[in-house]
Formats: sequence, C-alpha cells, structure tokens
Amino acid sequence: MELFIAIFTGTIIAATPLIFAALGELVVEKSGVLNLGIEGMMLMGAAFAFWAVTAGYPMPVAIIAGALAGAAASLLFGVLALTFLTNQYAAGLALAIFGSGVSAFLGRGFGSAPIEALHGVNVPVLSDLPVIGPLLFRFDPLVYLALLMFVAISWFLYRTKAGLILRTIGESPQTSHAIGYPVIRIRYMAVLFGGLMAGLAGAYLSVAYTPLWVENMTAGKGWIALALVVFATWRPLRILLGAWLFGGMTILQLQGQALGLQVPSELLSALPYLATIVVLVLISRNRQMLALHFPASLAKPFRPAG
Amino acid sequence: MRVAAPVLASVLTLIVGSLFFASLGHEPLPTLYAFFVEPLSSINGLSEWLLKASPLILIACGLAIGFRANVWNIGAEGQFTMGAIAASGVGLFWPDPESVLLLPLMFLAGMAAGMAWAAIPAFLRARMNTNEILVTLMMTYIATLFLSYLVHGPWRDPAGFNYPQTALLPAAAMFQSFDPAYRLNPSIFITVVAVLLMWLFTDRSFLGYKMSVSGAAPLAARYAGFRESAAVWIGLLAGGAAAGVAGMAEAAGPLGQLSPQISPGYGFAAIIVAFIGRLNAFGIVLGGLLMSLLFLGGEGVQMTLALPSALTRIFQGILLFFLLAADFFIFYRIRVVRPAKNAHAPEAAH
Repeated sequence: MELFIAIFTGTIIAATPLIFAALGELVVEKSGVLNLGIEGMMLMGAAFAFWAVTAGYPMPVAIIAGALAGAAASLLFGVLALTFLTNQYAAGLALAIFGSGVSAFLGRGFGSAPIEALHGVNVPVLSDLPVIGPLLFRFDPLVYLALLMFVAISWFLYRTKAGLILRTIGESPQTSHAIGYPVIRIRYMAVLFGGLMAGLAGAYLSVAYTPLWVENMTAGKGWIALALVVFATWRPLRILLGAWLFGGMTILQLQGQALGLQVPSELLSALPYLATIVVLVLISRNRQMLALHFPASLAKPFRPAG
Repeated sequence: MRVAAPVLASVLTLIVGSLFFASLGHEPLPTLYAFFVEPLSSINGLSEWLLKASPLILIACGLAIGFRANVWNIGAEGQFTMGAIAASGVGLFWPDPESVLLLPLMFLAGMAAGMAWAAIPAFLRARMNTNEILVTLMMTYIATLFLSYLVHGPWRDPAGFNYPQTALLPAAAMFQSFDPAYRLNPSIFITVVAVLLMWLFTDRSFLGYKMSVSGAAPLAARYAGFRESAAVWIGLLAGGAAAGVAGMAEAAGPLGQLSPQISPGYGFAAIIVAFIGRLNAFGIVLGGLLMSLLFLGGEGVQMTLALPSALTRIFQGILLFFLLAADFFIFYRIRVVRPAKNAHAPEAAH
C-alpha cells in the first residue's frame, strides 16, 4: 500500500509540469501557431521562480514570477512569428536556445543548495483520512491548479464562443480575418497564454518538484510536452492521460533505480525518451486520426491581405 | 539583399551585446574587444577559430540539405555523439593500433553511425508519418545517455583513476596537428570538401533541385512526381553523415578520448549556422566562422572577465532572432494602412 501510494502520488506530481506546458501549447497550436520553444520558456520560468524564492519573496509571488517570465519569453517568439511572419520552426528553436542561455546565465549565482519546497495543502478532515488523504488531498496547490486548468481549457475551447473563434483561426485564418476577427491579436494572446503555462511548468520544477536549481534542469520535458500535444491528437483529455502516462514512466524509472534493478541507470533514464518515440509512431501511423483534430493552418504565417 | 539580413543581424547583435555588457557593469567596448577581437589576435586564436568553425560548417552543410526540403533534423547533436562514439570505438579496439587504415576506418564508422542514428527518424517519418523534429531530438537525449553509459561503464579507462572517460586514442587514430603548438589539424579539409559537395548538390544537381522544390512548393513537387520520402531520406541522411563525420573529427582531433561531455553544442549551433548562411554552401562558411567566434569569445570572457559561457547561447539566440526579424524588412515592404472606420469590426460577422 505504501508503495502504491508513493507511485500514485509520484505519478501525479511528475505529470504536473507536463500538464501545464502541454495544455498551454495546445491552446497555442489550436490558434494555428507552433511554438517549439517550450523548453526555453520552461527554463526561464524555473530560473525566475527559483530566484524569487531565494530573494525572499513569498511562494505565490515566486510562482507568478516564473509564469510571467515564461510569458515574456513567449512574447519574443510572438513578435517574430506573428508580426515579422518568420518561419515558426526557426523562431521556436531560437527561443529554446535563448531561454536555456538566459536561464543558465541568471542561474550562475544560485548555488546548488535546495530550497524549501512548496508545501502540500492541508484540508481539514479530508487530508487526514487514511489512504484517501495521502492519495488525493495532500498535494501542493499547483497540482490542483493543473487539473483546474485542464477543466478550464477544455471548457474554453469547446464550450465558449471565444474558444470557437480561436479554433476557427487555427483552421482558417483567412476566413476568420474576412469575417472580421483580429487574427493576429488573438494569436498573440494564445502565444502569451502558452508562455504563461510553460513558465508555470518551469516554476513547478524548480520550487516544488526538485526544488533546486540545475542548469538545463528541464532535461527535455519541454520537448516531451510538445510530443504530448501530438500524442493527444490536439485533445485536452488525452493530454491529461498522456501526461499521467509519462509521469508514471518517470516514477517507475526512479523506483527501478532505487530498487537497484540490474540494468544500467542510463537505460532507465532513456525510457521516457524512448516511450515518446514509440507513442508518436503509434499515433502518427493513423493519419486520419491526426488529421481530424489537427489545426489546418498550424505553423503557417498569416498576413492579412489587402 | 539576401546577404543584408545576416550582416544587419550581426550588427544588431553586437549592439544588444554592448548594452547587455553595460548593464552588467562592464565597459562595452573593452568587453566586445575581449569577446570578438582578442580571440583572433594570436596564431593560436586563429587556429582555434578554424578548429571550432570546422564542425559547425560541416554539420550545417548536411543539415541545410534537409532544411531546403523542409526536413527538420534538429538532432545533429545526437548524430555527432554517435559518430564520435563509433569512431572512438574503432580507434580504441581495432586489433592493430598502428594501422594506417585506422583513420579511414574511423571516418567510415563515424559517418555510418551518424547516418544510422538519422535513419531511424527518416524511416519513421517516411513510413510512419512521424514528426522528425521530435524524434531527432529524443534520439539526441538517448545518444547522450548512451555515451554516459559507455564512459561510466564498459569503455571506462581502467587506468583513468575512475574518471568517466575512455583511454586516449592511439596516435594512428588521431589527426596530427599541422604544428604541434596548435590544435588545428587536417580534418578541416574534410569540411572544405563537404562545402564543395554541398554546393555541387544544391546548385548543380537535379536531385538537389528536386529537394529544393519539395521544400519551397510541396504540392508542385508532388505534381511533378518528386517523391517526398526520397527528400526525407536524403535530407536526414545528409545531416546524419555530416554530423557523424564531425563527431569523428572531434574525437580524433581536439578530444582524443570520450568523456560524458564531448560537444559544446555544435549540433544545435549548426542549425543557426545553416540559417545564417541562408542554407547556401558559401553562406554557411561565413555563418560558421561567425558562430565559432561566438564560442571562442564566450570561452574568452569566461576566463578573463569571469562572465559565464552561457553568454554564447544567449548571443546565439539573439543572433537568430535578429536574423529572422531582419528578413521581414527585406522580403516585405511596410505600408501604413489606416483601417477604414468599422470595416473590420467583428460585429460585421453577425
């Protein structure tokens, strides 16, 4: 039972940064923009949040600082991709490299000492229940925020008019422009939201998950979040499931290393990357399933004609 | 005009760099001098400049062949690592450590390993429609872990005081420097040949033309009967081969042995080099020289001014940002359009 609780809660926690980052990217991609720079935005978020904690700011401020850092980084991408109509692949890569550089630069003075991690919640009665308490009611607040964001984004995309407009712009910006929607402005908002979420994901890593600063500490999680969006065929619920799947993999790998399995630790560490490839292959083989929810204008620059 | 953007971007990067240094409390001009001029003011500096430019140019040439066809191999770092591993494997374990065949064999092994590592995403993209960006990147992480496994485990030098590194390569498995005092070695000729090959392929061959059409106008390419899967295979294998050879040259040149960290990010920087060079062979040479200077300058200020080498990555990012933005002003004409009143109000939709 102890082990089960450890694996279950570990999975949920490991999945949280992926949920934030992938849900943010989902909104971006649904508006027809592909931002490959998640890794860079996450690192910016992680660095700023960590810095804020070490500078003595309270935890909520630190988390918001991380989110805003991610949003600021995404604005760089937005200006290039939306105003300057550049190749979105290149602009996203530039952001990934830039973010890793800036975060490493900022982080040079952080030292290697861990900080006090974000506390779990303590709900009266519920948190003290046997089994159910540790399983469901003792996570840190960001875990619940991630789930809340899942509900909010699903609702926004598929149950509100604004969500419908966002998706329309992702399908056909020309049509949306013709009927009068401000395509570029809405895409900017989507990109900024994606940055905010990636920043949150990064902040979660450095103040709750690890809680310390290591250069390039995201270790590919930003790219895995990108893969998750494809894996989820651009649907929110599948992002949630996919993130839990990957979270589970991470935890099993850590448990495996802790149990001293007779395999090289590098092989276990490679599992999430291998799994990403396998999962992508399985999903991509079915072209129809991909095409069904794929935003038709993804990564194509849009210039209002006339 | 296509040349103007990289020049403009470099100048803007310099300006931002100066402001950045100034904000850190360093005099901008001396710092820029330390970053960009000092490294080149000695023979050793020039040797290091070419030594670092060589892998960047080589990899960028291979990558650009793919980028022209919209094949996004961003995992050159992993292909570089696998090339270095395979070449070092041959160098370390070939039965005759004095054989003159050693270097050629290592060259082939490095190239084959780089191509094999790129062949996996090529197969998955061509056959299974799997996004090559993500697969090449995941393969990079796996390659790095594989290298770490080898140098911590089976390939660790038993006489190496438990450091995670292999034994030194035998002399016959190394490129001998032109001059023992400096590190520049004949592997730079491989890069020269690669640049010429790249130019022949892209500018003088029908296959290269077909690849460019695939990238610029996929529908036209399909209509003309150019196979997309051929472009995918060639694009990825070219990048893999170039990166694998660059890894071999690095192992058999400045490194001389494997350790967990063998690349300062050549594989990623080469992507930027390819873009600065406008995916053109001779442009890439200039782009590679510029990028190499960024690496050198980063190391230089790290030592002299105690600024972190992460500056190199910041400058790389800024340079690419400016390059992409500069393109906009070159390819588009800006007109100020006053919106007619209410003509575009969303209410028109109802």
